[in-house]
Amino acid sequence: MPATQAKWLTPATKMGLSIAIATGLYGISFGALSIAAGLNLWQTVALSALMFTGGSQFAFIGVISGGGAASAAFSAASLLGIRNAVYGMQIKQTLRPTAKWVPWMAQVTIDESTAVSLGQSEIAEKKRGFFTAGVGVYVLWNLFTLIGALLGERMGDPAAWGLDGAAVAAFIGLLWPRLKATEPVLIALAAAVVTAIAVPLSAPGLPILITAACAALYAMSTAKRASAATEHGELQSVKEGEGKP
Amino acid sequence: MSELSWWILAACLTAYAVKLCGYFVPRKVLDSPTMSHVAATLTIALLASLVTVNAVTSGQQLVIDARIGALGAAIIALVFKAPYLVVVIVGALAAVALRATGLAA
Repeated sequence: MPATQAKWLTPATKMGLSIAIATGLYGISFGALSIAAGLNLWQTVALSALMFTGGSQFAFIGVISGGGAASAAFSAASLLGIRNAVYGMQIKQTLRPTAKWVPWMAQVTIDESTAVSLGQSEIAEKKRGFFTAGVGVYVLWNLFTLIGALLGERMGDPAAWGLDGAAVAAFIGLLWPRLKATEPVLIALAAAVVTAIAVPLSAPGLPILITAACAALYAMSTAKRASAATEHGELQSVKEGEGKP
Repeated sequence: MSELSWWILAACLTAYAVKLCGYFVPRKVLDSPTMSHVAATLTIALLASLVTVNAVTSGQQLVIDARIGALGAAIIALVFKAPYLVVVIVGALAAVALRATGLAA
């Protein structure tokens, strides 16, 4: 499904690879912390291969290492993963996958793949971005989880490598090109404020959902005065069908 | 299998089921003009929310540390139209430099 031939080192694939490396390296930290929390190698590897949504994985082992029950770890991880359903809707709307691709795409529908895809303006680039980031993060995240689990806590802290700074830069780099008019800037600032207010008041993972709900309500209330040809609507009607091999 | 392993398996299946959920929203619903407008707004809000969560939060706390410096450095790189990879590297270097010099935690 990703457009193959021609040059495949496009802006979207470069972004996808950059974010895959920065995020994948975090896997070392997850692997090490998971072993430290008392999970065995197979449980650690299973979380990265099957659950594959970093926030939820860290929440799961965080509850266990804090002495919490496995059922509490299950709840925290599941709650944190709900935002992936919102991402799935966004990806389905823009990439229009056929049914046979959906089970595979669902597994790599995470913060990074969605963000890289949403950050592009052409449909072919959106597809390349989603698959490069999704598959790239999957491969590297699992590889580095294994390395981290085997090496233990010796190289655990991602902050020492500036990886947390890289993550912030990666997301602002995706948002930036969309801030060319007043309204998007105001939406972005409002979203940042809502998220910041929600963080101390709700469980980790929920602030993004609360922000998404507020943005959706705002958009619905203003939908009538917005013309039907929003950026997204126009993009689809014009570009639909392109980018399919 | 231990009890913990069963809970891990259950959590993994739930995570996948949730991911799949979004793809089951009917296309007709997603394609209405209202939903297109909502999706455009949601895109910006989600990206801004991810920036905020990654820049100034730690668990349920708001914290100011080297990451806010990384955000500032990345924005400066973006203003000067640096390529994406450079922006990411600038963010990492800024965080490392701020911690190495003791200017931020």
